[in-house]
Amino acid sequence: MAELTLPAHSKIREGKRWPAPAGAKRVKTFKVYRWSPDDGENPRVDYYPIDLDKCGPMVLDAIIKIKNEVDPTLTFRRSCREGICGSCAMNIDGTNTLACTKAIEDIDGEVKIYPLPHMPVVKDLVPDLSVPYAQLSSIEPWMKSHSPAPSRERLQSPEDREKLDGLYECILCFCCQTSCPSYWWNGDRYLGPAILLQAYRWIADSRDEATGERLDALEDPFRLYRCHTIMNCTRTCPKGLNPAKAIAEIKRLMVARR
Amino acid sequence: MSSKTKSLRTPLGRVRGLGAAKEGVQHWWAQRLTALAIIPLGLWFVGGVLAHLGADQASVQAWLAGPCTGTLAILLLVALFYHSSLGLQVVVEDYCHTEWLKIASLVVIKFAAFFLATLSIISVLKMMFGG
Repeated sequence: MAELTLPAHSKIREGKRWPAPAGAKRVKTFKVYRWSPDDGENPRVDYYPIDLDKCGPMVLDAIIKIKNEVDPTLTFRRSCREGICGSCAMNIDGTNTLACTKAIEDIDGEVKIYPLPHMPVVKDLVPDLSVPYAQLSSIEPWMKSHSPAPSRERLQSPEDREKLDGLYECILCFCCQTSCPSYWWNGDRYLGPAILLQAYRWIADSRDEATGERLDALEDPFRLYRCHTIMNCTRTCPKGLNPAKAIAEIKRLMVARR
Repeated sequence: MSSKTKSLRTPLGRVRGLGAAKEGVQHWWAQRLTALAIIPLGLWFVGGVLAHLGADQASVQAWLAGPCTGTLAILLLVALFYHSSLGLQVVVEDYCHTEWLKIASLVVIKFAAFFLATLSIISVLKMMFGG
């Protein structure tokens, strides 16, 4: 059955409370999930008071400051710091988002930071994303064509190109994927909103000739139909995309081709 | 995620699994159609019950035994039990991850839905024809 309580080794305990910076006027406390595979300990939450007058405006600025100046053992992913690589996706203040585009001043009280939910944790804020990456491979996210290759670009009308707007912008941060309760309970079989949005990105592409095969591969009670239109995906997407609409379009095409 | 991640199978192998079942549209479509049918039928039934508040058994029975009302009542029962068995099936598939319990629950749900639907339809027919 569904597990309603955490296993004993997953229960989160209180961790270290770091001292407040001396002479700071504007202090904000960052409450950060910590877990290491090396020490056999349960996960804990550490408290880092940060002087906002000596910190950049975004949550990522604060955790980089923590790693550089307070606690070098804090582990997280980051790269572009401008919302295009998707590396710093994490659960901040109860919502999955990108640390680099989430402003500290938008959060009331303590800033609670956890890894993306319901994924195995590699260390601290780093989730193991090998299953969603494999799911992305499984939908074969590349152009498929049976026509002979043209001698120049594959042409597309401006109207058909417009159909890819709201789809091609996905940066695969998996904020939506890991916000979806259906994905939490059946992530081994349900493809999840990020992957279904990618699947629809190729189904909607006028240059792709494998639409039917793509729909065939999705026609499954678990791969597609675990989506119950909960809408967490659309609410949490840091890029403002709408995976729920993409999934609804796939379901519509499933009926249309009958 | 489940503890199956300890398997030595590649993530892609696990994700591709047994392949797509090539079904699910029928279930999804039937659930929507029955939901749509239940709206007017349900409103009609609730309205009918409200109109008979305080009435004696004979007049309620006379209302439901009419050819039109009897037919509507049977259609509502078919839609209701079909829709609820589809919905409960989804709940079990979502939350129940113990294989034997899942299959047993699905069987019980289907049998119970068939039994209750048949029982209630026969009850309506008895009112219409049994006197």
